[in-house]
Amino acid sequence: MTRMLAGNGWTLGLVGLLALLLVVTKVIQPDFGVSGLDSVARSALPFALATVGMAIVVIAGGIDLSIAAMMSVASVTGAVLMAGASDGQAVLVVIAVLVLGLTMGAINGALIVVTRVPDIVVTLAMLFVWQGVALLILNAPGGGAAPWLRALIVGGVTLPGVPPSLTEWLPKGVVFLAICVALVWVPIRRSKLGLMFYAIGSDQLAAFRSGVPVGRTRIAAYAICGLFAALGGLSVTMSTGIGEPIPGPYLLASVAAVVLGGVVLGGGRGGIFGPILAVFVLRLVRLDLTLLSVDPNVAAIIEGSIMVAVVMFGAVLATRGRRA
Amino acid sequence: MDMTDQTPTLVLDAKGVAKRFGAVVALRDASLQVAKGKIVALMGANGAGKSTFVKILTGALKADAGHVRIKGRESTVGSPAAARAWGLVPVYQEPSLIPDLDVADNLRLGDTPVEPFRHWVAELGIADLRLDDMTGQLPLATLRILDLARSLAVEPDVLMLDEMTAALPTDLVDRVMTVIRAQADAGRSIIYISHRFTEIARICDRATVLRDGATVGDVAIEPGIEERIVEMMLGTEVAKASGQSGARKGGQAAHQVPRLRVTNLKAGSRLSDVSFDLHKGEVLGVVALEGQGQDELFDVLGGQRRAVAGSLEVDGTPISFAHPSDAIAAGLTLVPGDRAHALLMPRSVRENIALPLLARLGKWGAIPMRDEAARVTSAIERLQIDTRAQGEVRRLSGGNQQKVTIARWIAKGVQTLLLFDPTRGIDIRTKRQIYALVRDLADQGAAVLYYTSELAEVRLACDRAVVIFNGRVVDVIDATDADEPTLMRAAYGLTEAPAVPA
Repeated sequence: MTRMLAGNGWTLGLVGLLALLLVVTKVIQPDFGVSGLDSVARSALPFALATVGMAIVVIAGGIDLSIAAMMSVASVTGAVLMAGASDGQAVLVVIAVLVLGLTMGAINGALIVVTRVPDIVVTLAMLFVWQGVALLILNAPGGGAAPWLRALIVGGVTLPGVPPSLTEWLPKGVVFLAICVALVWVPIRRSKLGLMFYAIGSDQLAAFRSGVPVGRTRIAAYAICGLFAALGGLSVTMSTGIGEPIPGPYLLASVAAVVLGGVVLGGGRGGIFGPILAVFVLRLVRLDLTLLSVDPNVAAIIEGSIMVAVVMFGAVLATRGRRA
Repeated sequence: MDMTDQTPTLVLDAKGVAKRFGAVVALRDASLQVAKGKIVALMGANGAGKSTFVKILTGALKADAGHVRIKGRESTVGSPAAARAWGLVPVYQEPSLIPDLDVADNLRLGDTPVEPFRHWVAELGIADLRLDDMTGQLPLATLRILDLARSLAVEPDVLMLDEMTAALPTDLVDRVMTVIRAQADAGRSIIYISHRFTEIARICDRATVLRDGATVGDVAIEPGIEERIVEMMLGTEVAKASGQSGARKGGQAAHQVPRLRVTNLKAGSRLSDVSFDLHKGEVLGVVALEGQGQDELFDVLGGQRRAVAGSLEVDGTPISFAHPSDAIAAGLTLVPGDRAHALLMPRSVRENIALPLLARLGKWGAIPMRDEAARVTSAIERLQIDTRAQGEVRRLSGGNQQKVTIARWIAKGVQTLLLFDPTRGIDIRTKRQIYALVRDLADQGAAVLYYTSELAEVRLACDRAVVIFNGRVVDVIDATDADEPTLMRAAYGLTEAPAVPA
């Protein structure tokens, strides 16, 4: 039990930080409540999905700079195909977009494995490629989204037979995120594929010698990242109702959340829940600074400083713990 | 004719295996036969092609020619995973467990059955292992044992052990020997790669010897076979073991304060207890098989690593280094084994030579160009560096690159030069020039410590040689007595001489 606590110390710390920030938010803005939570959850959703994708690739020892561009491709593809489509067709569109995400990610991974060009170079190049593709599909925000998709992430949870007051505080966006992670990442983490992600990120030679197919595993990691990028892109379309061809600030935000979430950039160490918590921490910090009407430029400086301070503090604690 | 009649129990049969990397021929004609229930030692001096051969057998490399048969079938092994499926399980020299996964996850990753694994871990003498221990935090010796236990647990037909006992304390070595022998008696075949004759004599049935990329012998292990194996590794007829470390020549410096005194130095996991004196005007050779602690020794002397125990004295003053610049300030200048670690490859010859002249705090002002140019030019001339491609060191030949790494210390002024295998992979002409230069420097009062993996060089370049085995000085041999068989025997720990302070 103590070992489990020690192993998840970072995540627990983030939970504490998040709780603290929620209290702070409530103090600054006494009428922060159900609708506030809902809007935080909805705005954080694409960030969180991008972060999960990024975290998987980083754990496997890589990085994907094209993640925001892939989200744009997914967003506009979904919006263009869904404009004027029926609800049933929209389901097919969603499936198609998810397959598209997997494919885009797999292309990134395959290029890295086959050409042996460093991942940072390949995905930087693919950033431009996917950006171009997104603008070719839709050169200005537009398209549409099926109303039921929007209903999936807007508002609080209501269950039939349960009084709404019990469940409506829980934003649907959070539930949606939890379901995505539970359906995709949890099975992977519990299978050998998840171990192989950690293995190639931790020590490639040892992984190869342990019988891990290193190249294929890397392609799989990028493909899963692409899948989460597609989910992130869809979530943009779901919450706004249109396709967005210009990528949002998801790339750097996801790298920041991955680092703050306790994933080591060199690979092999960390989990998914830390980075997700980190996304909400970063969103709440921004919200609080806005509520305090801090100059946005100063707010950016504060956010950056918090990140460095937290990661440094964590590293110091980790070395202390090891010595003790 | 039925093949199986002739060789009914041959589990692994490799013949005529060849491999080249560009212009370098690593293997010409390697072969290895392992019968069921036998332990075969695979031996060879440094650079004989052992590691290439191992990589081909385990599928990490593809052979250019030859064939490998496992249990009578042509092997198509293309990766370690495939080798495992064929029943050939290697335990590599470095641990191959994933450091960021716990032990249980490592077992799952390699499809290792847990109960047999636990059994072997206990059998091999590790009592307190927890499966939720993070692998990266376990000591090296434990990791080696876990690697072996993991391999035993899948019940391989052929087990390949590469320097299995290198990082183990003696009690664990004993356990490992016992278990391995029992496994062979139970019908498994084992390829045992080691430099340690005592272990080979204790458990192996046969030895296959590689030299210059070809198998030159396959002999049964019997008392007194060590001499023949050493002969085969060297490729020369050897007269009866000539006397060990003869009377020290001259002893002219014996009562002087040595330039560098190393006392009971211990560093890393390999260097356990090394002492010697290095005098002005002397070239002291260091002879050791791979991984006996010489890397750690040079790291400590060059200020790149801190010693765990022991002391250094320069000109009689105790000293310790926290940074390479401290070592340089004390006059200890290192030419590392890998030239890429010493040179700025994309920069010019002149910049590379001038670098240590400039790299000092407090010298951030203008560079005294004229002085620098004069020193660099004289160093280039002295070493006869081919300056046709001097714009980028990367484009020079290996020999000329090595000259540049030495030239930078000559330009600075040599007091104590630490050379780590300075002639590895360079042509014979440049080698000669380097021997002459080293002698020249010594005659002018420099002290030179010269590690070499080529035993023949000791006579050509050194005055004496210390032989390190298992992290300790096992012998000190005068250059006049330092023929290859003598050095080889000492390097394999076969001389009984007690640790002599050099």
